Amino acid sequence: MTEAPDRLKTILDECKTLAFDLNFTLAKDWKKESSDRLLVGYLPIYVPREIIHAANGLPVGIMGAGDRKQIIKGDAYYQSYICHLPRGIVEMALDTNLENFDGFLFPSICDCVRNLSGMFKLVKKGKFTRYFDYPQNFEKHIGGTFYRELIETILQDMYQINGVKVTPEKLNHAIGLYNTNRQLIEAIYNIRQDAPWRLSAVDTYHILRAGLTIPVEKHNEILQEVVTLIGEEYGEPLDNIRIVVSGSFCEQPPIGLIKSVEMAGCYIVDDDFMLGSRWIQGDMDNSTSDPLNEIVDGFLTKSAPSSAVYDVGNPKGARLVKLVKERNADGVIFCAASFCDPALLDRPELQKSCDAGGIAHINFQFHENTGQFKVIKEQAGTFSDSIKLWV
Amino acid sequence: MADVKEAVKEKSMVIQKEMLANLFTELSTAKENGKKVVYTFVPGNITELILAMDMLPVYPEINALQSGMRKKSGSYIKDAEKVGFSEDVCTYVKCDIGMMLNGNIGPTGEKLPEPDLLLLSYTGCFTFMKWFENLERLYPGVEIAMLHTPYQEDGKITEDQVNYMVKQLKEDVIPKMEKVAGKKLDYDRLSKMLENSSKAEDLWVQVLQSAKNVPSPIDAYFAGVYYMGPLNTAFRGTEIALEYYQELHNEVFERMKLGLHPVTPEGEMKEERFRLVVEGPPNWTNFREFWKIFYDMGAVIVASTYTKVGGLYDQGFRHDPEKPLESLAKYCMGCYTNLNLPQRVDLLEHYIKEYKADGFLINSIKSCNSFSAGQLLMMREIEQRCGIPVGFIESDLVDPRYFSYANIKNRLESYFQMLGQRKVIMEQEGQTV
Ligand code: SF4
Ligand code: SF4
Repeated sequence: MTEAPDRLKTILDECKTLAFDLNFTLAKDWKKESSDRLLVGYLPIYVPREIIHAANGLPVGIMGAGDRKQIIKGDAYYQSYICHLPRGIVEMALDTNLENFDGFLFPSICDCVRNLSGMFKLVKKGKFTRYFDYPQNFEKHIGGTFYRELIETILQDMYQINGVKVTPEKLNHAIGLYNTNRQLIEAIYNIRQDAPWRLSAVDTYHILRAGLTIPVEKHNEILQEVVTLIGEEYGEPLDNIRIVVSGSFCEQPPIGLIKSVEMAGCYIVDDDFMLGSRWIQGDMDNSTSDPLNEIVDGFLTKSAPSSAVYDVGNPKGARLVKLVKERNADGVIFCAASFCDPALLDRPELQKSCDAGGIAHINFQFHENTGQFKVIKEQAGTFSDSIKLWV
Repeated sequence: MADVKEAVKEKSMVIQKEMLANLFTELSTAKENGKKVVYTFVPGNITELILAMDMLPVYPEINALQSGMRKKSGSYIKDAEKVGFSEDVCTYVKCDIGMMLNGNIGPTGEKLPEPDLLLLSYTGCFTFMKWFENLERLYPGVEIAMLHTPYQEDGKITEDQVNYMVKQLKEDVIPKMEKVAGKKLDYDRLSKMLENSSKAEDLWVQVLQSAKNVPSPIDAYFAGVYYMGPLNTAFRGTEIALEYYQELHNEVFERMKLGLHPVTPEGEMKEERFRLVVEGPPNWTNFREFWKIFYDMGAVIVASTYTKVGGLYDQGFRHDPEKPLESLAKYCMGCYTNLNLPQRVDLLEHYIKEYKADGFLINSIKSCNSFSAGQLLMMREIEQRCGIPVGFIESDLVDPRYFSYANIKNRLESYFQMLGQRKVIMEQEGQTV
């Protein structure tokens, strides 16, 4: 077979629609089916979605408005030197996009997201709004205890709305579902590592992002089908280089940008676009009598390298180099949102690690609503050509 | 650019100058004298712990602001950009990194000693964490301690948060400090220092609150940044800080008794036309010119949030010698940038009313997301709640490329004009402003 299977094309179309449905229609329909269901929106990067699932809720990833929504009010809330993501989210909050959401979680990844949590409080959005202040101390009895208390507070927030008691059984069930979700995502990345031509980076992106807007059970079905379909031989490899994209963990690059990089001759074999969905590296035990403990441990010991987590003792640079080697990549494209302090302050050190590891790299910055990709395409093309010359 | 004359010095200023000179001399000889050096941040600092173990603190932010005032920050920032730091990120970080790349020469022209301990007290700003990760790489192998301060996300400090911080202090931070200092923490000494802190804090609050008087004897922003120095940095808990605040207090209250106006670099102001509350840090590269725009127009800042980055003492917090670690934890969590946005708006509203302000002004800093993200919404809220004219200007802390004197002056002049017109109308209508 040389063509992608038709079934795959159908799935991809569905995912493409779901990924950018900024009205979260499917999620809202899901909630309507029962009065004790909750919709809990969360911002990048990571929240333990298992706890929301166990409380009869649907965690919905709010990754910004991208280039899909005209920003009218949002710009009036932000100075020009602040990244684009929060203004899109404010636009959505002031419009009808986030209606019927019960609560919002703002992970502690930067001061913009932190202060956005306060803006949601000021404009009284949602029945609860929490800054999800995960610990930067990774000792179980210090940071772990604090993290557990934080999770218990959120469980209480949800309980007060729907009265659903979270039991160890429900939590274990959710842990199992999200373990499967991550396993299947990893399986897709692994297949793409060997045969990146079978599923483009843009399609992969759509599949993963769709998962932020639908129940995990449904997403697992989609992922399972995709794994099966792309496990078949089809398509022909191109003379592309293989790269890892780093720095786009929060504000998302426009699809046109990802496409331009691919068209410039780069297979993106790993990235941090949907880092939250891949945050826990490996499985969490779903058979214990204290599943909350597993969730806490997961964060403390299995978190992905990230600009949001204090990395002394476990440097991100070394972890990036390791990833590049494991993925057999030729280089790294640092691709961060403009004005993104966490990503941009990490960049020099990550670049240094790449230099030390003999890994080629380039960088560019973007806004989620950037519409011009000519320069980026040229840069990526030159990068690809230069690597091909030397490899 | 405006021509600013030489500053007039009061006794408290002389004391502070000496305090700083002595500190930098001590720092320059630290290695010879076997003194250990701790790099740490201003908001939520735990200076009493450092001093109680006979170590010397260095504050990279203070170095950055000093570099800004000495017109060195521009080239430092460019040097940091040359090694890969984006133009978009916090310029304090870049200025500090640039200073290190250029030999780490401190404000007095002497080389600053390398750190024996990097103490990341991480309060109110996520960038601090990134800054320290970068510092750690500049000083490989140096001991490093992290104190994570939870955010007041729900508008209050919870018991869980205090416990988390005390545990970090007891089990991680203090043992590391003891290891570097080569001695055990003497809790009695710490308590004595906290008692001094608390006394100095009482005096500082009275100085701040003197601005409720009409006319105000102080400028609580431009002069406030000098007044807050000893308490926010290397001297909190010391006898000399207490002496400084006693002197400052005497001077301010004497001025108030005599009905005098604030002291500026060009002498005493002659009138108080406008009373303002200001949100956001000042610009350091053109600090004097910036201030002059205000005092030339008779505008006095009666309360500011920037002077609360080192603690909200005026809202009742005091270091407590009876509960040293708990009070240090609460102190860290209580700093202004660790408040959530609704708390910040409430505080501003309170200042505007308590200090009888005519206007509210935001100086929005390009570098600082911690302050700046959300300020436009805060401004709207204040406008609605207080019904006073609000102003908005933009600059940067230490990047001279983002200080446009003409632009800022124009904006401020229009703003003051608006305030003036409003005053006239209100006076005609017989209302108090
Ligand atoms: S893009 Fe960066 S700065 Fe902006 S909200 Fe996300 S993490 Fe924060
Ligand atoms: S972002 Fe603001 S608070 Fe943080 S280091 Fe920079 S200037 Fe300081």
